[in-house]
Amino acid sequence: MTVHDIRVGESKRGDASDGGADAVGGRLSRVDGPAKITGAAKYAVEQQLEGLAYAVLVESTIASGKVRAIDSKAAEAAPGVLKVLTPDTIISLKTASDWFGTPPPDRPYCPLARDITFSGQHVAAVVAETFEQAVAAAAMVKVSYDETPSIVDLSDGKAGDGIPVDAMTKEWGDAQAAFASAPVRICAAYNTPREYQAPMEPHGLIARWEGDHLTVWEPSQWLDGMARTYAEWFAVPFENVRLVSPYVGGGFGSKALALSHGAVAASAAKMLGRPVRLVMTRAQTFTGYGGRAATRQTVTIGADHDGLIQSIVHRGVNETSIDGMWVEPLGSVTSIMYATPNFSSRQNVVRVNSVVPGAMRAPGENPSAFGIESAIDELAYEVGIDPLEIRLRNYAEQDPHAKKAWSTRQLREAFAAGAERFGWARRTPEPRSMRDGNYLIGWGVAAGTYPVRRAYGEAVVRILADGSVEVESSSIDMGQGTYTILAQTAAETVGVSADDVVVKLGDSRFARAGVSGGSRLAGVMTGAVYKAASSALDQLIGLAIGDPRSPFHALQANTLVVANGRITAPRGDGPDVSIADLLKSVGRDRIEATGDTMPANSTAEDRYKNYTTIAMALPHTEGDYSRHSWCAHFVEVRVDEDFGTVRVSRVVSALDSGRLYNPKLAESQWKGGIIMGIGQALLEEGIVDRRHGRIVNNNLADYLVPTNADIPDIEVISVGIPDLHSSVLGGKGVGELAIVGMAPAIANAVFHATGKRIRDLPITLEKLI
Amino acid sequence: MRDFSYLRATSADAARQTAALPGAMLLAGGTTLIDLAKCGIAEPDTLVDITHLEGLDRIEIDERGAIIGALATMSHVADHADIKGRFPAISEALWQAASAQIRNMATIGGNLMQRTRCPYFRDPSNFAACNKREPGSGCSAIGGVTRGHAVLGTSEACIAMYPGDLATALVAFDATVHLGDRRILVDDFFLLPGTTPDKEHAIEPGEMITAIEIPSSAAVRRSTYLKVRDRQSYEFAAASAAVGLELEADGRTIRDLRVALGGVATKPWRARAVEDALKGKMLEPEAVRAASLLAVEGAVDHGANHYKIELAPRVVARAILKMGETA
Ligand SMILES: Cc1cc2nc3c(=O)[nH]c(=O)nc-3n(C[C@H](O)[C@H](O)[C@H](O)COP(=O)(O)OP(=O)(O)OC[C@H]3O[C@@H](n4cnc5c(N)ncnc54)[C@H](O)[C@@H]3O)c2cc1C
Ligand code: SF4
Repeated sequence: MTVHDIRVGESKRGDASDGGADAVGGRLSRVDGPAKITGAAKYAVEQQLEGLAYAVLVESTIASGKVRAIDSKAAEAAPGVLKVLTPDTIISLKTASDWFGTPPPDRPYCPLARDITFSGQHVAAVVAETFEQAVAAAAMVKVSYDETPSIVDLSDGKAGDGIPVDAMTKEWGDAQAAFASAPVRICAAYNTPREYQAPMEPHGLIARWEGDHLTVWEPSQWLDGMARTYAEWFAVPFENVRLVSPYVGGGFGSKALALSHGAVAASAAKMLGRPVRLVMTRAQTFTGYGGRAATRQTVTIGADHDGLIQSIVHRGVNETSIDGMWVEPLGSVTSIMYATPNFSSRQNVVRVNSVVPGAMRAPGENPSAFGIESAIDELAYEVGIDPLEIRLRNYAEQDPHAKKAWSTRQLREAFAAGAERFGWARRTPEPRSMRDGNYLIGWGVAAGTYPVRRAYGEAVVRILADGSVEVESSSIDMGQGTYTILAQTAAETVGVSADDVVVKLGDSRFARAGVSGGSRLAGVMTGAVYKAASSALDQLIGLAIGDPRSPFHALQANTLVVANGRITAPRGDGPDVSIADLLKSVGRDRIEATGDTMPANSTAEDRYKNYTTIAMALPHTEGDYSRHSWCAHFVEVRVDEDFGTVRVSRVVSALDSGRLYNPKLAESQWKGGIIMGIGQALLEEGIVDRRHGRIVNNNLADYLVPTNADIPDIEVISVGIPDLHSSVLGGKGVGELAIVGMAPAIANAVFHATGKRIRDLPITLEKLI
Repeated sequence: MRDFSYLRATSADAARQTAALPGAMLLAGGTTLIDLAKCGIAEPDTLVDITHLEGLDRIEIDERGAIIGALATMSHVADHADIKGRFPAISEALWQAASAQIRNMATIGGNLMQRTRCPYFRDPSNFAACNKREPGSGCSAIGGVTRGHAVLGTSEACIAMYPGDLATALVAFDATVHLGDRRILVDDFFLLPGTTPDKEHAIEPGEMITAIEIPSSAAVRRSTYLKVRDRQSYEFAAASAAVGLELEADGRTIRDLRVALGGVATKPWRARAVEDALKGKMLEPEAVRAASLLAVEGAVDHGANHYKIELAPRVVARAILKMGETA
């Protein structure tokens, strides 16, 4: 019912321009595309279940204080209402461990709040027979509060300097002294606002209990991690929780963890003994979980007159919530992008009355790059050197922080390829020197990077009686192409057409998988599928050679060739048999292999930890190498001088993600990142009412994301080479890379166009008129 | 659960009469009304669906002008060859409004009746004070987030911006609203907030918009709608201008000029001061820019919306100069 079997043959094939679309590296089109376009794809909360009840959340309308009382009488008496959940009536849960698996304190967890720390916090929920009844009754729940003053945001006078995060400190040399004696000095502050992931599919779930077994249908970037959290909340064994998430309508980091609304729905299902569905409203998606934290950075650079950097001093601050901790690592790009003998980066977090911020596409690297990639541009103008040239002069030949060789760093190649395609050489250096009628034209450049996050993966590959191949994994596809690249990997490894591969994902009963975040899924899962498929192939060849019933038995060959679903001898001097016929002749209805990339001596405990936490993730600087993806963005903007409106008219980006498993899908992810970067640079900002501590533009009419009309033709160029230090098949990260550096490239282009340096995102028209 | 009844009107008269009953509302494309119902602002007991009424979607054009039925959709009117050719500002105002999907559903009558986008107005559960929603309750916007609020026509009771594009073009060209047999200038149909921001239109219970009428003029034939906004599409105006221009035979002297502003005022805003300052004058950039500043005479900002006072005259000037270039 819920498992999704995707067959490649159902989709329009990609072009086979580079050596067959089926193989790894081919441009196979998304195999899940037709199901999504035609509406056949059934998303998590679309399951039709017998006896489904509907839950609707009631949220706090103050940002700070205590719930004095909840009057739910009217709601309880309303038609169809089954239950009103409040902190007093909801069942008690246990606190779950965090995503590192740190054992939690032994205290109860209540997903409905008595102590209010932000506006929009869940305080109650109404469950009714129909959604409409639940909505109406939720509006009747009367909550009274004792309100206390709130800290609205980073600029609130009460916010203070915050708490130092020592783990973020990175220092070498004597940065302060070197800055003081540098002949050229620049210092500037850069701010980014709250931003939101805004996935098309809002958060929600259906929870159903059968005895002490829980099934949750929920969009998820991490089935096993979320299953663990549910299991711990409800104190049931991990095996008793099944998460199902066949399709995910966008996550961008926001769907990796089980969240409090999930605890509410699963509690309601348990209390009622009925399946319960809860879906957030669009407005609730702005406060029910965290977007990107607002950040402040100061970047000081000391350099010589040739633009050679002598010192970088960086200070960063990000907001977190009153009782949660989110650190947005602001020195991550600052510390590796350029060679500098002296460096200092430190970071504080400041508590404000907001929901705890969360992961959003390239957390850390994204705002970090806005700081350093704007600052280096400022330095370029200060010393009168081309912004591209200054980046090359300060090129880091090794990781300046880890002091290790790069595994691969094709950034110089990216600059060269991008500049060539963009025509950078034709740029006139002076700000305001390029014009077309009312439009000032600006050309900007910036670089981006994202670390290669690695983990171990597992997959099951079966060769079935009809010769087809089946791949199973509890990893997910949120649009980035997992179904497709795993089909390609299995097809190439076993030697069948991708049409004959069925990929099953999104069910925690399948072979386990870690988080789909940090751009790690493709590298981890292609490796695991490659291993499992290789071992299935070995079994197949072993049977063909060794089984007395096999037509190849008499050949006494060492090995055989499997291609296009047929088995032959290497020199073509024996039988030519289909996989199906071979299995039939040896009396087998399937071959099954489980493959994983875990170290050989791993215990069951290690495996559990690997798939349900991020504690086993391998550092990107492990061993002798520092592993990162890299990119260079070249951007043209047109700024209407009278109106201050900025439109991006051209983007050329050259990117190094290592080997691409499917260039078509990688390009589309890169373009998605670039588009999101355009939104971040020009449009996106959560706007807070300072008196109420509440986000007022909590909907997609007022929180602006780019429309097609805002997006020019985007050209992306792959400059990567296989990087076997980064993954089994040589790929690095794709998903997050391209957003990193887009906002500073646009801000730099705006400076070139207008002579105005905008250091506060987004760059809205009133900042330019 | 809020039950309501749904009636499909069989005649315009029946629709008017039913909609006059307490708790009843007309339903056209629903793109405003259903949205407001979801926000908890509109709570109708009865919806009277008028979209099946025959003949109310007609567009009739002759030498005197255009009569557009209240049920014509935005996309239909925007695409109409004679509207594009003879009333370009009307077509341009429409196709730059909302999104393609909304324009396919939304009607001209419903469009005139759209409500403000003031975020405080739209969130009753969090912001109790709103004079437009609850007369006398106060105004949450004043002192709050005001980037999108009006700088013209405001009162102490309400500073909400009128967001529509079409009506801005209509007031520039002296269009009238047909409420059955009653005719009223669009400019008079929209009311200033004053002390009664809840009363937005000169329409009485039992009345229904049946059509709008745009008189022909040389100015409307040579007209444009210029909309400036943060996002290139699917967004309300930061400032907009509907402009129509008629030149004397010399091709340089302004005989007639029409200017209206959108995105900056509490109602569609006719800028007669700009028109009067330029009529009879030569069409010259300096003069146009200077006169355009009169568009925001008397403007009052509330902090974050100050930029509108700078922006609006520039939009007006650009639109006038653009019309001057099209000979
Ligand atoms: C996200 C979004 C973006 C938008 N952007 C823009 C924009 O950029 N520019 C712009 O101009 N507009 C914009 N709009 C508004 C849109 O144009 C209106 O929602 C639409 O025109 C309303 O028409 P409708 O037929 O759907 O009206 P309905 O929703 O059916 O009705 C609206 C109101 O008018 C009343 N009504 C309907 N017909 C009549 C009649 N004949 N006589 C009397 N009363 C009547 C109804 O009772 C109701 O109160 C936007 C709307 C949305 C949702
Ligand atoms: S500006 Fe008008 S609509 Fe907005 S809160 Fe104030 S009174 Fe209400």
